[in-house]
Amino acid sequence: MTTPAQFDEPWQAQLFALTVALNEAGHFGWTDWTAAFGAELKARGAVRELDGGADYWAAWLVALEGLLDRSGMAARGEAERVRADWERAYLATPHGQPVRLEG
Amino acid sequence: MPHDDPDHPHSLLPSDPALRVKALETILTAKGLVDPAALDAILETYEEKVGPHLGARVVARAWSDSAFRDRLLADATAAVAELGISGRQGEHVVAVENTPETHNMVVCTLCSCYPWPLLGIPPAWYKSDAYRARAVREPRKVLAEFGVALPEGQRVRVWDSTAEVRYLVVPMRPEGSEGLDEAALAALVTRDSMIGTGLPERPA
Repeated sequence: MTTPAQFDEPWQAQLFALTVALNEAGHFGWTDWTAAFGAELKARGAVRELDGGADYWAAWLVALEGLLDRSGMAARGEAERVRADWERAYLATPHGQPVRLEG
Repeated sequence: MPHDDPDHPHSLLPSDPALRVKALETILTAKGLVDPAALDAILETYEEKVGPHLGARVVARAWSDSAFRDRLLADATAAVAELGISGRQGEHVVAVENTPETHNMVVCTLCSCYPWPLLGIPPAWYKSDAYRARAVREPRKVLAEFGVALPEGQRVRVWDSTAEVRYLVVPMRPEGSEGLDEAALAALVTRDSMIGTGLPERPA
């Protein structure tokens, strides 16, 4: 049998790997993660039925952002600032050049 | 998009979630909380190495080696380690065997706990609200939608995975597969048959 594609978009794979890496490095237990993620899925599912595709990974991202904010590993304000830095870097980098953050 | 397109002189802006993930990665690696090499290793494992072919190897071994089958049912985590397969989150794998009396089916009602080391990343339907809610409530109806019609007398047992325990269904060996070697048997084992929403393929 052939193995189906595991992720629809590269960021989903990055997000998954980041979460597993944090767990493996001992920064949170997998049970803590599934509790946070389960709560986020439940909250979203109450509003609209989730299809398990893009909305699943969107919920995963929000759950991880929340967990990292609460633990102080990546406070929300910091995450928003770095996200904006990346956006600026993409917009300022000529097409075809590697995109890097300043400093 | 051509490289010299005057309307797009800058790099293509990634999507909002992609930028947010990049931001987290930047912060966590800068703080030394995550090692970029570890991230790459995890990505490589899940994108290239792990998938249902590993679970299929386990099932095929259980079909052809009864001593292995016994070890698998007694302690699946240890048995799959014999084949060089191990979990990353320290989760405990439990193998549940289908019999003429009982058909097993796996769900995770909390989020989507799944035996990743054996089956890879779960398919979208496994992660959907519809499956997570209905698998427990009306398993036979869900099975019918997957094209699985069970004999009247065979009961359905639904197992709810958790962060600690992940279930692997060992389907019944299909008729006509006598004499096939392990590799040929593994080719009959579909992903869905190891979740319990499908049956193995019949030998050609």
